[in-house]
Order: sequence, then C-alpha cells, then structure tokens
Amino acid sequence: MIEAVPLEWILTVAAALFCIGLFGALSRRNAVGILMGIELMLNAINLNLVAFWRYLSPLSSTGPVFSLLIITIAAAEAAVGLAMVIAVYRAWQTVNLDTVDALKG
Amino acid sequence: MEIVVQILFMLISALIIIAALMVVSVKNIIHAALWLFTSFFAVGALYLLLEAEFVAVIQVLVYVGAVSILVLFAIMLTRHVTGEGQNQLYSRWWLGLILALTLFGAIIVPTVFKQKWNIPAPTVVTEPQNAEPVVAGVADIGKAFMREYLLPFEVASLVLLVALIGAIVVVFEERTERRVILTLAESWALRQKESAKVDQ
Repeated sequence: MIEAVPLEWILTVAAALFCIGLFGALSRRNAVGILMGIELMLNAINLNLVAFWRYLSPLSSTGPVFSLLIITIAAAEAAVGLAMVIAVYRAWQTVNLDTVDALKG
Repeated sequence: MEIVVQILFMLISALIIIAALMVVSVKNIIHAALWLFTSFFAVGALYLLLEAEFVAVIQVLVYVGAVSILVLFAIMLTRHVTGEGQNQLYSRWWLGLILALTLFGAIIVPTVFKQKWNIPAPTVVTEPQNAEPVVAGVADIGKAFMREYLLPFEVASLVLLVALIGAIVVVFEERTERRVILTLAESWALRQKESAKVDQ
C-alpha cells in the first residue's frame, strides 16, 4: 500500500470528502441532511488521521487511538443531534432549518 | 502487485466520492441516507487497505451499524416533511458550493502537494521468521488505551453517558410533566385504594 499509493492521493480523497460534507452541511435545508454532511466531514478527518499514522509513524498506536476517539464522539454527536431534530420536529412540525428561526433578531 | 493495489484504491476512492456526492445532491432523504452508508462502507474498505483493521471493524460496527440506524429512525419519525416534492437546498446553496470548492481547490490540494512529507523509509524484512511487526496492531491499540490513553478513554465513556442521558432528556422533554413514575410502595398503595373502591 505504502509503495503503491502516495500519501497525497489519500489526502486528496479525504479533502474531497471533507469539502463535499461541508457543502452538504452548509446548503441542505433538512436537519438530518446537515447531520449527514457533518458525519461525512468526520469520516474525512478520520481517514486523514489513519493515513498519517500509516505513512508517517506506523509503529506508534496514536493514530488508531485518535480515530477511535473521534468515532466515539461522532456517535455521541449523532445521537444528540438526531434527538434534537426530533425535538424540533415536535415543536415546529418541520425539520427544515430555515423555518426554525425563533432566535432570529 | 502495485498496479492491483492502485486500481483497488482508485475504485474505493471513486465509490467514496460518488456516494458522498449523492448524499448531498439527491432529493429523497432516505436515498441520501442509503448513499451515506455506502460511503461509510467504502471508507471502511479504505481503512482495511491502509492496514488499520481494528479501525475498519469499528467503522463498520459504529457507523454502518449504529449511526445509520439512528439516521434512518430520525428520518422515519419526521417522514412526511422529508418528501421529494420540496426543494432540499437553500436558495443560496451556491455560496456553500463556492466555499467548498475554494477550500478544496485553492487551499487543501495545493498545500497537500507542496508539502514535503518526511515519510520514513519502509523497513526491509530480512528474516521473515522473526521479523519485527511493521504496523501497530490491535494488541498495541489495546495496550495504548489501557496505559497512556487511559484518561481519554474514560473521558470518552463519560461523554457517551452524557450523550445518552442528554438525548433521552431532549426527546422526552414534554412528556416528563405528564408521566409520573411511581415507586413500588406508591403503586401498591394506589392498587389498595382502587380495590377498596371496587369493594364499596
């Protein structure tokens, strides 16, 4: 793997995944769609961490440990975020975040 | 051998990128969720290609197994407002597109390709019988979690507990006033009172 694929390719794939996720998080109206974009971004970051670990310091276990912690946090974030989506749906009868503007000045 | 790995990498990366593009572009949110799981799976395959087996397994367990089910539940509980009929993007979605494209094309990719990565030379295995492992394996990850990363490990479990309680509190917020949870003694007293009422 290391000899065949340069590190830059993997980083480019991860960057593309991150930017697609950013676009989704910024421009989706549906709250669940926004959370999906955030999950894509977290996946891209994990991919970066694992790639750096494999190429730059494969003998230390820091990379997998870090990415496992990020997966944990992502799962917690998904649970809380989707619970909030359901709470918003109960109060507003919609999950389109441009109609949920109670905090707008 | 190298060309096989390269082709495999290309296929997996193409699957990741196409699935991610479908996630942000399809109108039906259920289809977007299914494409999201495809993307998660492909990222797991890339982890396997990068020889991070444990991370790949956890990716499949947590993302494909748990997060996907959560997302599907959230979609189905809010089903009739997520149909195909309405516009799924903001009216100013091109702002997000410009931002993402600029970040990708003008900042990240030039930085990645200009940077000189000091990749250590691959270790040459001379005696295959008693060769040192080249990559940290599952046992090393377990030792790391139990030794130098014990505090982050515990904090992560605390975060999971807080997220669990927080999610339940947020979702059941409006019902807590109505629902009264009785202790065993109270429910027994209530039952006594009701049976006394029936006797009269």
